[in-house]
Amino acid sequence: MAWTRDQLAQRAAKELRDGFYVNLGIGIPTLVANYIPPGMEVTLQSENGMLGMGPFPYEDEVDPDLINAGKQTITELPKSSYFSSADSFAMIRGGHIDLSILGAMEVSQNGDLANWMVPGRMVKGMGGAMDLVAGVKRVVVVMEHTAKDGAPKLLRKCALPLTGVRVVDLVITDLGVFEIDKKGEGPMQLIEIADGVALDEIRAKTEAAFEPRMQQAA
Amino acid sequence: MADKVFPDAKSALAGLTFDNMTVMSGGFGLCGIPENLIAALRESGVRGITVISNNAGVDGFGLGQLLETRQIAKMISSYVGENKEFERQYLSGELQLEFNPQGTLAERIRAGGAGIAGFYTKTGVGTLVAEGKEIKRFNGEDYVLETGLTADLSIVKAWKGDREGNLVYRKTARNFNPMMATAGKVCVAEVETLVPVGALDPDCIHTPGVFVDRIIEATFEKRIEQRTTRKREAA
Repeated sequence: MAWTRDQLAQRAAKELRDGFYVNLGIGIPTLVANYIPPGMEVTLQSENGMLGMGPFPYEDEVDPDLINAGKQTITELPKSSYFSSADSFAMIRGGHIDLSILGAMEVSQNGDLANWMVPGRMVKGMGGAMDLVAGVKRVVVVMEHTAKDGAPKLLRKCALPLTGVRVVDLVITDLGVFEIDKKGEGPMQLIEIADGVALDEIRAKTEAAFEPRMQQAA
Repeated sequence: MADKVFPDAKSALAGLTFDNMTVMSGGFGLCGIPENLIAALRESGVRGITVISNNAGVDGFGLGQLLETRQIAKMISSYVGENKEFERQYLSGELQLEFNPQGTLAERIRAGGAGIAGFYTKTGVGTLVAEGKEIKRFNGEDYVLETGLTADLSIVKAWKGDREGNLVYRKTARNFNPMMATAGKVCVAEVETLVPVGALDPDCIHTPGVFVDRIIEATFEKRIEQRTTRKREAA
């Protein structure tokens, strides 16, 4: 069985480490916050200017001055701090954030990422995605293995306009987990397969070059 | 010294607006936007504005109000989100759009206000954003040259301010406001509370008064884009 959205988030949460400063993208990456292992201290950064994001507020706590990068109302924690967008991206671009988990439309086998623009369609903008992938120490992509029409999203070379070149370290799809050799020219390493998914199915749905190097699936 | 305090948004913009001007407008989404000064800009009737703002408001609120009246000729933004009027004007060619990565936009404004003409960043190297721009190699990695941004006018929103122009922002409503306050030839600030000089702790002022030329006290709607809450567990 392919992983569900929540299972994807759960798998992505295994990339968290104690003490990490982490930026989570919109969509499935946001769900990762629900799976931070008990006892592990992770500080969530929101690029609109906050470190130490808390959970959604109770109805009577909603504060229009306190939102995350998805414009959702949130809360603060005792450890929280606020800062300007320039300081926020100093953290991001300056390599002070340990991990960024975000979604993608396409990823190439050498780690190129496309997730902001489809030519011919209304473009909403890249927001902070280009800065995040350029500056954060480790970039993990969480996405469906194929597009809605079944087309592969793990490609030899991205067709869509790029968000970053050689920036992705790990891709988690609903079918498996792939490590990327972003400094070299080697194929991706398939390190996990979702329970009940056949290697042949992954082969059929993947254009990028990869080699199985399996550990036990989660 | 001329008094920086003005009675309202309209008077605070008097003599500052002209057609085809460039305006920086603070805020992230609808959080921390100078909603009163945007409304006054609309009433001023000024046209052909280039607006530098992370987002473009929503239909009918924030910068969406200036789109409705077609006073904006060009937007420099990182994300324009869910705004039907924006989309319509852009697709029909009435509105020009320049996308900047959010961190690059923030730094261009910071640089502009700090007298720095340009800077090199890794962000966007190898993408459309870097096309036509100088690439330079530092320590074996490529960086793209981005230029500083300034504006004829910056409008910002703060929580508290005093008649010296000192400003304090609140929570995530700070966002782009502090850099924009530095990068306008003239900066007009709107605050929720105008406090007496000396009431703000000098160690906790976010924007020192030198950057602010005019200030008004105003009331705010503070519209919320995505009201997300959780349920209290039954006691």
